[in-house]
Amino acid sequence: MKRVLVAVKRVIDYNARIRVKADKSGVETSNVKMSMNPFCEIAVEEALRLKGNKLAEEVVAVSLGPKACQDQIRTAMAMGADRGIHVLTDTELQPLAVAKLLAKIAERESPDMFLLGKQAIDDDCNQTGQMLAALLSWPQATFASKVELEAGERKAVVTREVDGGLETLRLRLPAVVTTDLRLNEPRYATLPNIMKAKKKPIDQLTPEELGVDVAPRLQTVKVEEPPKRKGGIIVHSVEELVDKLRNEAKVL
Amino acid sequence: MLHRSVVLGVLRSIRSNTRSFATTTGGAQTSLWDQNLSEDQLEFQRTAREFAAKELLPNAAKWDEEKHFPVDTLRQAAELGFASVYISEDIGGSGLTRSDATIIFETLAYGDISTTAYLTIHNMVSGCIDRYGTDAQRQRFLPQLISLQAFSSYCLTEPGSGSDAASLSTTAKRDGTDYILTGSKAFISGGGVSDLYLVMARTGAPGPKGISAFLVEKGSAGLSFGKQEAKMGWNAQPTCSVSLDGVRVPQENRLGEEGQGFSIAMTALDGGRINIGTCSVGGAAFCLDRALQYASERKQFGQAISKFQAIQFKLADMATAVHASRLMIRRAAESLDANAQSATLEAAMAKRFATDACYGVADDAVQVLGGYGYLKEYGVERVMRDLRVHKILEGTNQIMNVIIARELSRRQH
Repeated sequence: MKRVLVAVKRVIDYNARIRVKADKSGVETSNVKMSMNPFCEIAVEEALRLKGNKLAEEVVAVSLGPKACQDQIRTAMAMGADRGIHVLTDTELQPLAVAKLLAKIAERESPDMFLLGKQAIDDDCNQTGQMLAALLSWPQATFASKVELEAGERKAVVTREVDGGLETLRLRLPAVVTTDLRLNEPRYATLPNIMKAKKKPIDQLTPEELGVDVAPRLQTVKVEEPPKRKGGIIVHSVEELVDKLRNEAKVL
Repeated sequence: MLHRSVVLGVLRSIRSNTRSFATTTGGAQTSLWDQNLSEDQLEFQRTAREFAAKELLPNAAKWDEEKHFPVDTLRQAAELGFASVYISEDIGGSGLTRSDATIIFETLAYGDISTTAYLTIHNMVSGCIDRYGTDAQRQRFLPQLISLQAFSSYCLTEPGSGSDAASLSTTAKRDGTDYILTGSKAFISGGGVSDLYLVMARTGAPGPKGISAFLVEKGSAGLSFGKQEAKMGWNAQPTCSVSLDGVRVPQENRLGEEGQGFSIAMTALDGGRINIGTCSVGGAAFCLDRALQYASERKQFGQAISKFQAIQFKLADMATAVHASRLMIRRAAESLDANAQSATLEAAMAKRFATDACYGVADDAVQVLGGYGYLKEYGVERVMRDLRVHKILEGTNQIMNVIIARELSRRQH
């Protein structure tokens, strides 16, 4: 493959404590540690392994959003991506807008594969990869736990984790692949590579330049904390347990 | 958000022992100073934090208990550039500044002090070769030191000369183009395991001007090692005495000029003191996080003990001590980077302050955790044992005061 594009999203760090804003309009993001979405990190790693195995020539990291998203592009480049593309916008981006922007970038860059995380840990939409494949009319393989290439055939063989076990798909390239958790274990960025990443270029674009209307289509009504866990009780007999499951929890 | 927490729970349970999702239980290991770091420094910190969380912290107690020197983990650290943080890029080092190094070493020490402290000593020795070595010496020794295929030790202290280092009695007598080294060195970190020993020995008259520095390779005839010392802390690295009984060292292995050894040793220690201080900050930051977490969870008299002013004030003092130590250490590192005249003074002040204050923080953490703090399972007692020696090595804190007083008086004249 000549080129692999990888989408990387800036999200609240998976270790940070999530606080809902007082007005219930969303979660607090100021003064909260931000990182690359872990599933995107797995996508970057997979692209780099393809390159390391000489199955891809160039890895390009793409991020969309405010200026600070460049941090995540730098992280991808410190891991080994060759260059970055940043679409600058302060508008809240929903999956359809992201997919449209990525589709425009795919038209410009003509990659052989677009790798994305299966979902982001902030909104958990799990929609972007699927929408992107539909917009491009490319084949898609989501929740990948293994990615192989049939180089001569210009085909990818992707193993997916499905409820009943594993499913294997053969796709024509170019294709969209989204990564699941067990695909790989991302590498550390080394100190020298962090320094080298500074010299790698990041192209900056805007939604207007790409001709995409990114206005939100969905409205968030309110965001609330999950209910606090109540203290447990000890049941004294099987009968009592069954009774509570049937009449209180109503799960039987 | 419920969904997020469910997914994260799954992430953690599935890959709890893998890097991306390894968690340092308790605080998120962030500091007030992070907002002042450059983008690059935040990236260095990120790599160090992930490495510490996955490779160091989960193993620190075991290494301490088993007195295990984790050679493989150290080599893995070297692959990321941690064994050559401020070694020049032309020879394959990471080429970063001392300021960068304080951030990296602090973050690693949060995971394990003993191994991080060894790494800093190795960086110090490699730094001497990088700075004072000839091209031939740099080419010959540095690549293996950078990858940690070769480990190194710093040999200044002797059984009879500690604080009065300039009185050392190991001799190096010229024999043609070689030197014959005779004497013994004490408390050598990495001793017996290291492949290369930077040895200070007397080539001339008594006093500092008569000392030269030599690179002695393991396997040299006459080089032998004492038994591994049993220690209070720093158990994840070996320490022993090193004996030189007529060890023949070729002239090509002399580092710097004859008589330059003490100056090399002391300049190295300016950086070494900053490194040791920053390891103290990392350990203390860990203790602070553990104490904060425990105090918010432990209930007595019907409420979390963090609601009691007695505990609140202790935590406030601890946080202030960590912050002040960090600021002094990073400021001293900036001075060293700038080759400022005040670097020696600032390094001595920072080392003395940080190692005392951070030991106090570890002691306080043990107190906040009470009986649990005294148990090995909770980790803070290990940090306390590890940090105790920082008040002693790289010049005792009393010698730091001697240096501070001397520098002050020099500034008056």
